[in-house]
Amino acid sequence: MKKKKEESSSRRRFIRNFGLGLGSAAVVGTAAIARETAEPESGEKIRLLSSDGKLVEVDKSAIKVAKARTKEEIEKSHKGLPGKKFVMVIDLAKCKNARKCVDACQEGHMLPRDHEWMKIYLMQDSEEASKYWFPRPCYHCDSPLCVSVCPVGATYKREDGIVLVDNKRCIGCKFCMTACPYSARVFNWKDPEVEVPKDHVYDPELNIPAVEGTVGKCVFCADKLRINELPRCVKACPMGVIYFGDVMEDAVTNGTETLRFSTLMKDKHGYRYMEELGTMPNVFYLPPVNRMYPVESGYEGLDQSVLDSYHPQDFLKDKKK
Amino acid sequence: MMSANRESLLKDLTPEIEKTSKSWYLVFGIFLVMFALGIYGLILQIDKGHIVTGMRDNVVWGVYIVNFIFFMGLSYAGALISGTLHLFKTPWRAPVIRIAELITVISLAIGPFFIFFCVGRLDRLPYILAFPRIQSPIVWDVIAILTDVFGAAIFLYVSFIEDFAILRDTDSLQISPWKKKMYKILALGYQGTEKQRRILSFSRNVMAAIIIAIAIIVYSVLAWIFGVTLRPGWHSTIFGPYFVIAAVFSGVGLLIILMAIFRKIYGLEKYITLKHFVNLGIILFIIAAFFGYFTFSDYLTKWYGSVKMDKILIDKLFTEFEFYFIFANYIGILTPIFIIAIPRLRTIRNITMAAVIALVALWVNRYIIIVPTLETPFLPIQDIRQDWLRYSPTWVEWSLTAAGVAVFGMLFMIISKIAPIISISEMEEAAEKNDQETSNTAYHE
Repeated sequence: MKKKKEESSSRRRFIRNFGLGLGSAAVVGTAAIARETAEPESGEKIRLLSSDGKLVEVDKSAIKVAKARTKEEIEKSHKGLPGKKFVMVIDLAKCKNARKCVDACQEGHMLPRDHEWMKIYLMQDSEEASKYWFPRPCYHCDSPLCVSVCPVGATYKREDGIVLVDNKRCIGCKFCMTACPYSARVFNWKDPEVEVPKDHVYDPELNIPAVEGTVGKCVFCADKLRINELPRCVKACPMGVIYFGDVMEDAVTNGTETLRFSTLMKDKHGYRYMEELGTMPNVFYLPPVNRMYPVESGYEGLDQSVLDSYHPQDFLKDKKK
Repeated sequence: MMSANRESLLKDLTPEIEKTSKSWYLVFGIFLVMFALGIYGLILQIDKGHIVTGMRDNVVWGVYIVNFIFFMGLSYAGALISGTLHLFKTPWRAPVIRIAELITVISLAIGPFFIFFCVGRLDRLPYILAFPRIQSPIVWDVIAILTDVFGAAIFLYVSFIEDFAILRDTDSLQISPWKKKMYKILALGYQGTEKQRRILSFSRNVMAAIIIAIAIIVYSVLAWIFGVTLRPGWHSTIFGPYFVIAAVFSGVGLLIILMAIFRKIYGLEKYITLKHFVNLGIILFIIAAFFGYFTFSDYLTKWYGSVKMDKILIDKLFTEFEFYFIFANYIGILTPIFIIAIPRLRTIRNITMAAVIALVALWVNRYIIIVPTLETPFLPIQDIRQDWLRYSPTWVEWSLTAAGVAVFGMLFMIISKIAPIISISEMEEAAEKNDQETSNTAYHE
């Protein structure tokens, strides 16, 4: 009972922090930005409620209606959302390769076929153990080799833990792709042929449109986080496999339930893939125990090409015959 | 007053500058066609994207990177052979030193183009200079290679000055006036005074020492591009020295091959003799032994242990890449060792054959360092289209590779028409020393 209460209060706190009023944040946010541009003060003050519940007074001239982010704002976003440290938890016990996360990601980022940021692997740790489905986004490592090796600073690590690629800077040397031990990066081998509105401003947080000859990867839906929404894959997953949250708030949610991150890690023995590499990923896995679905259910309704890909060795053998 | 020695040297070495044979134009034309085909491939690649290559999301670096490492390695011929031979005043170096220096500069000029072909957005290449991040081994590479190119070019040029002066002062040469004028400019007013000789000799010694050091740095940095990643097969501490040895191996191999070619077509049998082939063969032998030793210890430790990824990689090398492995690491290394070790087999033809095998095997060795590792990521290759699973180079990649070889040949052919392929001044110096010592180390055997 007590635990439940704690849980629900933490959820409330999380939702309050996470889902704070969009309008006020945007207004205060732009006010702060506008102040830096130093327009002449009108002298007329307006009272506003800030996100932490304080009543603040700002000059009227400082207030502007929030709109699509400008180039300057986008450049500032290289620093990330202040005071945040994002984390993802993937519960392998629940995944059945429904591939809704993949579809949502492809659609949301207007990605072409053969260029998937989210991949689902069929893993087997040893011959005795059973197979399990293993979704793999970018791990947004705290010690990211991809960032270290980039010669032009096209890929960078933000304060909130997110690793982004600026495809206006990327020269396409692919060094990051060889450096990433998790194959999380994909290359635009041909023109993705994405049509965007004329006034669309490129933002590495969304990474639309993809550019031929550059590298792309999961961006933790940084654009959604900015407006206090959950990443697309989290929202799309029908099984509630993927939890997302903020380490600073010690809370993660899959959209329906919100849990304390530290307790979840302890109780369910969370782990990171290939901890021994020392890359310190920000994506944690919960072991595939007490599984909700048999592995085979993941084969249902798959395209033949996707299905084949899970048995590449067998497939190649057949091809030779 | 021209010495009799110089006269005979000029008589033997300058005809190639004075006139050009039909077969020269024919070969040059073939190279031009190869080059044009490569340009067509490159245009196609820039237009359509890297989809026209065989590279895909797992094997992101293919033949281009192999060529890049390979050509950079060839540049060691000059750095190490001409550098050390010069510094240690090896008596037999004179006829081969220029070819070695030319290999260095030409291969250094070609090598980086292959990394350009591998870059997705060629238009953004200047970003490396505009926004460099010193953490990145690619930036180390850019700095090192640029230094090496300039260093090697200076070393080459300094070694040319005396010859340019000789050509300028030889009135009997049947050459067009613009060539004469060019020699005058390129000779930088060198008159062979005591002071000029001292300065030139000092510069050559300094540059020889510098390019040996730079060459080692360049190739180590190149190896570290692979070494710093966590990939099985690349994440190895031995990679720096291993690559350096491999580079010397290929450099010596190519030097022997070019010696054989120029000896034959430019009729230099009098100057480049069996002795040079044997001496360089012995260097090739020693390097092959070292190279074999490094290769063995690198693979032994991976094979003997039980690390999962290493095991997968070794299994791949011993099954799928079996023939490549045997050719690159057994035949390529043991053939030169075998041929040089048995005195009876040391003929010019055999040594050249050994060098050809060593050179091709080294290219394959680079290939099986790059491709199998990229086909062995930590996460299995899944959830990907079937035809994207394996790497096989497309004609675009091969055409650009051929274009690289063609440009190498063309540059060599052009330079051989501007200056003698054997350094006249070096030969004179060597002859002078011979007279002084009245030793038996004659160049005519």
